[in-house]
Amino acid sequence: MIFLNYFISGISLGSIYAIIALGYTMVYGIAKMLNFAHGDVIMVGAYVCFYAVARYELNPFIGLVLAMIVCTFLGIIIERFAYKPLRQAPSLAVLITAIGVSYLLQNTALLLWSSNPKVFPSIIGRGAFKLFDGELSISHITALTIIACLVIMAVLTLFINKTRLGKAMRACSEDKGAAQLMGINVNATISLTFAIGSGLAAIAGALLCSAYPTLMPTTGALPGIKAFTAAVFGGIGSIPGAFLGGLMLGVIEIFAKAYISSQLSDAVVFAMLIVVLLVKPAGLLGRQTQEKV
Amino acid sequence: MAVLEVENINVYYGSIHAIKGISFEVNEGEIVTLIGANGAGKSTTLNTISGLLHPSTGSVSFLGQPLAKLQPHKIVERGLAQVPEGRRVFAQMTVQENLEMGAYTQGNKNIHEDLEKVYALFPRLKERMTQTAGTLSGGEQQMLAMGRALMSRPKLLMLDEPSMGLAPILVEQIFDIIADLHKTGATILLVEQNAQMALSIANRGYVMETGKIVTTGTGKELLSSPEVRKAYLGG
Repeated sequence: MIFLNYFISGISLGSIYAIIALGYTMVYGIAKMLNFAHGDVIMVGAYVCFYAVARYELNPFIGLVLAMIVCTFLGIIIERFAYKPLRQAPSLAVLITAIGVSYLLQNTALLLWSSNPKVFPSIIGRGAFKLFDGELSISHITALTIIACLVIMAVLTLFINKTRLGKAMRACSEDKGAAQLMGINVNATISLTFAIGSGLAAIAGALLCSAYPTLMPTTGALPGIKAFTAAVFGGIGSIPGAFLGGLMLGVIEIFAKAYISSQLSDAVVFAMLIVVLLVKPAGLLGRQTQEKV
Repeated sequence: MAVLEVENINVYYGSIHAIKGISFEVNEGEIVTLIGANGAGKSTTLNTISGLLHPSTGSVSFLGQPLAKLQPHKIVERGLAQVPEGRRVFAQMTVQENLEMGAYTQGNKNIHEDLEKVYALFPRLKERMTQTAGTLSGGEQQMLAMGRALMSRPKLLMLDEPSMGLAPILVEQIFDIIADLHKTGATILLVEQNAQMALSIANRGYVMETGKIVTTGTGKELLSSPEVRKAYLGG
């Protein structure tokens, strides 16, 4: 039973990684860049939610919606001013810029909100479902996290595969020049991708800080890196890959903490990444591009 | 009436002067071909018309309106479609999805009617509508690229090297389709290295060499011109 408890915690943590990883993987798919500032957008979302709930005593879900709105615009602004001017630049320049944006966000947060950790109020309280005479306990936030991840995955998959805009995003990710010749506004499509990824980051921020309630300007950094790992693990650019990679990473991390050593858990996670990349360089669900010419 | 008027455009790639002051026009209902060797600037010309490249001087007008500074997607909205060199179908999307992308500027209002038209023109595509485009043969991909462009209901269709890399029998098939499109009233600007085929279906042609137009005439005139025969048709 304790095993099942660990497993559920792992899936819940993995769900958060998966939601963050979606942002990495969608942006990579379309803009072919690694947006290392993505983790810090999570932190901004968590702070907005924190102030809305703890300071202005708004309903947590209104706080979450506010955080999503702020992060969506933040994502669009970051793309417009930091990355768009570098559309034709070498990828190393874009990567360095992304790291720069990451530091900019962290230090702005430090100025605005100080380095003192804030205790984040859970968006749905600290209750738990008790099953099997209390042997299996699933906190409400764990359940909410898993459900949120499943809903997000389902909605996003439908959006990408069934809607006109979603298909345009796929077209842009394959060939921007050809997409332009179809009459698709590539710049607007890239903005939309950043908007969606950043909106999801806000949800991830609120869920993450509800489960692990210490909020600091560096809160987003490590989950950001781990979610990036999850995206690579599953195959960067692939949406189901981000989902699978995120869940697996969460479960491996919790099991490593429980059965090996909590200090070594991150090392185990990254070792698994290395093994996966040695066996399948494109990631678990990544596509080796093969085309007839 | 001139559908497309290109006036004295100069295009540079960095310091390379790729297009040196060329002018030409395409009238309604015509097939006009630009022929010339590799590197003559034919694709550069098409990409300039589509707004992917910008001329440093000169102008491009479409249906009497200048296209200067319009973004490529706005130009497609005006009714100017390009089938790019190398087809560039969306390999991971299905045949039907590729066609839907072609209709992107049209919304969903006429999509079923237009899909039926394209499938009638290219029955092979209908058979393969749920396959991903990357699994199609080269000829089928060319048909898909053409069908995809037709989905935008273009007033001018620009084709860049539709015969490239295809077996002779498929080249004939593709040119038959282009001739059929012309019969139904389509206005076409055709860029080709296969001068023989292109001139045999074109009303008029322009011969390009290193960024300039060196000769022009009707398809028949150019086919029988000794200069053109010597340079492009093997004597």
